[in-house]
Amino acid sequence: MDIAHTTDEARPWSGRALLALPLWQFFVVIAGGILLTTLWEGFARWPDDLVIPMKEWITRFFEWLGKEAAIGSYSFKDFTRAISDLLSYPLEWTEALLYRGIKPLGLPPIPWVAVVLGTAILGHWIGGWRLALFVGASMLYLSIFGLWKDSMRTLSIVLVAVPIAAAIGLFLGIRVTRSKRAAAIITPMFDLMQATPHMAYLVPVVVLFGFGQVPAMLATVIFAMPPMARCAILGIQTVPQDVIESGRMSGCTPRQLLWKVQLPTSKKTLMLGLNQVVMQTLAMVVIASLVGASGLGQKLLFSLQQLRLGAAVEQGLAIVLIAVVLDRLTQAYAYRETIHYSATTSFFQRHKHLLLFLFILIVTFIAANFHKELAILPKKMTFTLGREIDFAVREFSKNAYDYIGPVRDFITVSILLPIRDFYLWLPWPVLVGCIAVAGYRLGGFPVMTLTASLMLAIMLFGFWEPAMLTIYLVFSAVVICILIGVPIGVLASRSERIAKVTMTICDTLQTFPSFIYLIPVIMLFKVGDLSNIIAILAYATVPAVRYTYLGLKRVPEVLKEAAIANGCTPRQKFWKVEMPFAIPEIMLGVNQTIMMALAMTAITALIGSRDLGQEIYRALPTADTGRGLLAGLGIAAIGIIADRLISAWATKKKKNLGIE
Amino acid sequence: MKRNLKLAVASIATSVAMALTLNAHAADVPESDEPIIIVQNNWTSQLVLSNVVGNVLSELGYEVEYVPSDSQLQFTAIANGDMHFQVEAWEGSMKSAFEKAVEEGMVDAGAHEAVTREEWWIPNYVLETCPDATNWEGLNACADQFATAETSPKGRFVGPPADWGKNYADRVNSLEMDFEAINVGQAATLWAELQSAYDRKEPIVLFNWTPNFIESKFEGTFVDFPEPAPECFTDAAWGPNPNATGDCGAPRGGWLKKAAWSGIADTWPKAWSVLQRVNFSNAQIAAAALMVDVDGMSPEEAAEQWAADNADVIAGWVE
Repeated sequence: MDIAHTTDEARPWSGRALLALPLWQFFVVIAGGILLTTLWEGFARWPDDLVIPMKEWITRFFEWLGKEAAIGSYSFKDFTRAISDLLSYPLEWTEALLYRGIKPLGLPPIPWVAVVLGTAILGHWIGGWRLALFVGASMLYLSIFGLWKDSMRTLSIVLVAVPIAAAIGLFLGIRVTRSKRAAAIITPMFDLMQATPHMAYLVPVVVLFGFGQVPAMLATVIFAMPPMARCAILGIQTVPQDVIESGRMSGCTPRQLLWKVQLPTSKKTLMLGLNQVVMQTLAMVVIASLVGASGLGQKLLFSLQQLRLGAAVEQGLAIVLIAVVLDRLTQAYAYRETIHYSATTSFFQRHKHLLLFLFILIVTFIAANFHKELAILPKKMTFTLGREIDFAVREFSKNAYDYIGPVRDFITVSILLPIRDFYLWLPWPVLVGCIAVAGYRLGGFPVMTLTASLMLAIMLFGFWEPAMLTIYLVFSAVVICILIGVPIGVLASRSERIAKVTMTICDTLQTFPSFIYLIPVIMLFKVGDLSNIIAILAYATVPAVRYTYLGLKRVPEVLKEAAIANGCTPRQKFWKVEMPFAIPEIMLGVNQTIMMALAMTAITALIGSRDLGQEIYRALPTADTGRGLLAGLGIAAIGIIADRLISAWATKKKKNLGIE
Repeated sequence: MKRNLKLAVASIATSVAMALTLNAHAADVPESDEPIIIVQNNWTSQLVLSNVVGNVLSELGYEVEYVPSDSQLQFTAIANGDMHFQVEAWEGSMKSAFEKAVEEGMVDAGAHEAVTREEWWIPNYVLETCPDATNWEGLNACADQFATAETSPKGRFVGPPADWGKNYADRVNSLEMDFEAINVGQAATLWAELQSAYDRKEPIVLFNWTPNFIESKFEGTFVDFPEPAPECFTDAAWGPNPNATGDCGAPRGGWLKKAAWSGIADTWPKAWSVLQRVNFSNAQIAAAALMVDVDGMSPEEAAEQWAADNADVIAGWVE
């Protein structure tokens, strides 16, 4: 997200003296807002008949686009069909190889043994024995836990979606760095896309592209592409000027400069982008099954529907493993040292990995004809801990409930419900006014207009109540996230060992399909606001931990030594030197926590709530594009308001500290 | 093991038998190489039945594909021809989406023998403390047993997702019951609530339906409400509360229909004649779901076993 550029110096006309007065504007706004409600009821609650029917307009527009829109005889529907067809070709190929088989030739799909060994060989070729062992074992897990066919279904979508998303992202990223106009359009679009929960994309995709593997893949590509573009932009823009100069001096054409100088130099950032594409693609697996992707995601939702939590955990783990395998392989490939063979090396020696794989492929294909176990492991040879996990969860909830129940009741009734009622009571002029004042004080006029008008738009389009409930849930959750996350981050920054464990847990929490958390949470906390908040915590605490850790790690050694030299006690050193230095970074973590929490509301909607997440989730079954998109944008708007305010604050703070 | 072997023999036997009976038609089938796309949802019986139907069609020589879909959106997709056949459409929760899609060109491919019910439901242990809870007035008398911290002193009714039919929750007002409806976001949430309460024998009343896998794992009964008539929703004078409409329950014998794309009849005439004859009874659906929910088979395995157990039924569809 952008950081607001306005500073105090840029606003010579602003009355500095007024600004210095403590918070007086807030009191004016609050008192004024409450006073207004006595004049007209519409100031307490915006009347329904004054809501702009944008929802209906958008829904009708998409229906028109999907059914009637045409240029001459070429309809928009033909266009979407053409895209679908184009995307379905590569998909059909991976599907044929991995699980369908090539029917016209009578060829079965690649036997699982060949895929497992092939992955291990690839691992060895790219990164040596350790990588080979890791990726081989991960693939083996898919087979012996009886998840092979579904994993291959998921993998075939992923294998197509990742390169497409990476290529489009790279292309758009390059466009942005080359043209100011492209940048002006694309950059804010990405900001918006990233702040909109992925479920909101599904509705328009279904209306325009229908159901099935291809639309699911398309939704995945749309969601996974922006991080690649962002990293490409960042990477190209941060190539040192002298590197570019030397490229120019060597007589590079612009194209050569891009491909031979800029892109290789920014490899590290680009690879981070690819890592994000892989992770996001796999994060979409479960959600994409709502629009017709078959495979692990579909089976996972089915398991949850059956209350087979153990089975869902195993399927979730399979998704995580596929993500990690792809990530490790691509990352290792990028940093691989090129092996140079001498001219005398034989053909066999040079291509030993490929030849070994071909050999295994042929042998297993033939052997699989006689031993079906090699083609796909029969169920009786597979293994599962599903029942044990189910039993453990049930026993835990049964025994823990007596202790948790009263706590849950107390928190819900004495803390949460009053807060919720407060948010629902809050007259809109008060909230919009307070946001405007905060925006003005922190970032000046531009921040004020942006944030206040976003909040007004949410109200005018008829989403005030769901938005208030979202703000209530998200900010209650974020407070707890910070209370838990920041101390853990501090702890991690003190010891390398703790840091390692913490970061592994953080990674797992983020790739593990969040749907799974919901069931035990409901068993322990029942349907209600607290369950929503706890499910959000599991996911959104991670950035708070991570940024705190990074922020404290980045405190320069010199600064710490100077503090010690000045006679600081360890406590003083921490509170007076390290913490103030790390605060801007921690605030970015808070920012990310808010984003994550907002995104999670679309998933906790499955528990049951009345917030914007629920609006998105409910829009899907009814194909109500307007409702889904606007609710998604509403969440994005809340995210952007929080982001602008916090970024503006962090910029101010950083300036005061003399960093940057 | 033995059972598996027997199963394998049986399934081979039936497929041979089917192949023989099919030879008579084999000349003109399949009429098109295009795959017939069968919709799959995320509950057990539907997954097994859709596989049963799919297997019958592939035995006939058709190319069959399965596409997972949401239970509401599927009808629009069927109307558009993106998907072709749905074996389970429920009256209680899908009626309006179904009827809307029929207006858009989807075909109503007939009802099953099976009847469905979607209604408030209690585990049997509730009857120990609230013996008359099998009907709504009796249940209402001990509403306080179902109270939670938020709803107290009213009882809590764990209701279906808001768009599965409004009357389940609205009934609380029209019948002036001492309950508060808390709507969940999806079915799995209902079962998590039920499991947790059931293990602790805590009174709970929630939305449930039949046929459903819940029956094989939890003992309970539906709560009887006044049987609905069309006037219930139009005429306030009708029903127990003379001042409100909607003072009735859901139909006790709701329909379970098949839905099809309008193009099936022309594209695959033989398949269409089979699909029209496909018909399941409550007992058959329960047996199909039981294999997955209790015996732990996958839906695909259960479909094969079901076909082996009911070869005569399938023969009746194929002729």
